[in-house]
Amino acid sequence: MAEVREVTDATFDSDVVKNDLPTLVDFWAPWCGPCRMVAPVVQELSEDYAGKVNFVKMNTDENPQVPTKFGIRSIPTLMIFRGGELKGTIVGFRPKSDLKKRIDEALV
Amino acid sequence: MKTLDIAIIGGGGAGLTAAIYASRGMRKTAVFERLGAGGQIATTDVVENFPGFPEGINGFDLAQLLQRQAEKFGAKVIQESVTSLSPAEHGGFVLETEAGAYTARAVVVTAGADYNHLGVPGEAEFVGKGVSYCATCDGAFFKDQDVIVVGGGDAALDEAEFLTRYVKSVRIVHRRHELRASAINQQRAFSNPKIRFDWDTVVERIEGSSSVERVLLRNLVTGETREQPVGGVFVFIGQAPNNGLLNGLVALDAGGHAIVDLEMKTSVPGLFVAGDLRTKAARQLISACGDGATAAIAAEHYLAAHPANTSAK
Repeated sequence: MAEVREVTDATFDSDVVKNDLPTLVDFWAPWCGPCRMVAPVVQELSEDYAGKVNFVKMNTDENPQVPTKFGIRSIPTLMIFRGGELKGTIVGFRPKSDLKKRIDEALV
Repeated sequence: MKTLDIAIIGGGGAGLTAAIYASRGMRKTAVFERLGAGGQIATTDVVENFPGFPEGINGFDLAQLLQRQAEKFGAKVIQESVTSLSPAEHGGFVLETEAGAYTARAVVVTAGADYNHLGVPGEAEFVGKGVSYCATCDGAFFKDQDVIVVGGGDAALDEAEFLTRYVKSVRIVHRRHELRASAINQQRAFSNPKIRFDWDTVVERIEGSSSVERVLLRNLVTGETREQPVGGVFVFIGQAPNNGLLNGLVALDAGGHAIVDLEMKTSVPGLFVAGDLRTKAARQLISACGDGATAAIAAEHYLAAHPANTSAK
């Protein structure tokens, strides 16, 4: 069972934009309660979609550039990238079934 | 179909406390939670008024402790959302979730309440782009900006106070001329130099291009409207009970809260409602937990008086 990997402003391009797999980024911060609630769900999803979708997380406290670039003003925010393009944005903690639906939509 | 003795719908303070009591009573207990354990407390920065924590405790951490305590005695927390609840043919109840169906001999509904929306133009459009319902989650994105908080209760004042750690100024926009918040919160807000009040005022519209840039405010006394430049709008205007599962099943009051007796019994035998979803005066974590304990004890008495009908399994 792989841990959801941490990406940074410096590695975002290589880990997310240039990734061959569709990639879901979980934008979070340690002080955000709902972020801590969504983390285990993202972990489960990373197992459900193993080999099909790459799952990473970014600490918005330590990495200001990428969140600013994408205009993130609320966390948790999940963003799904495919072929370097933003395919879906989910603001706030949603039930797992909703998240699955949104990921599946972004994969089509 | 999976069978339970006691099904608890909602994993906030009321539900997790009910689960502690029900599982300690050796009843096969499950808590259904659509998101994560804790409900409203999980997003609270510091819980200062829960007995036993004189220094206060982070809401998420407290939620984790409650869940651990319930699981220690055998309760299961199931992350599924219950889509329907109905009385079963031979007694007990049938619960359907998006993932399956369960039967339970008794049910405690602790589905709580969700925050209200303003319902003004621009609100839905700018969620995540300047409109927020959680200052502890989003406050840090508004460093050195001017923001408004809408509301006049404890939640509004708590969150305004929290926001002053980051923002340049907070205007509290409140439709009345006095606050509902507790005296200590009022005192803190009035003495905070970063907090100002717009009394008798409502938000009419939220505007901006890619994110919130201004709001249109209207004074209810003078009728005057004015534009206020702001980077963020934080909304804390009370809650609406999550009564969807109860509609048509039990009696609700005018506000949509379930009417129960002192033991949290509804008009349907074996069905209990506890916490923010029921008619009550205090909507506090401690009273929700108290309700949960009361409901679980009443459910336990109900099960003892109505032994399992093995043929119904």
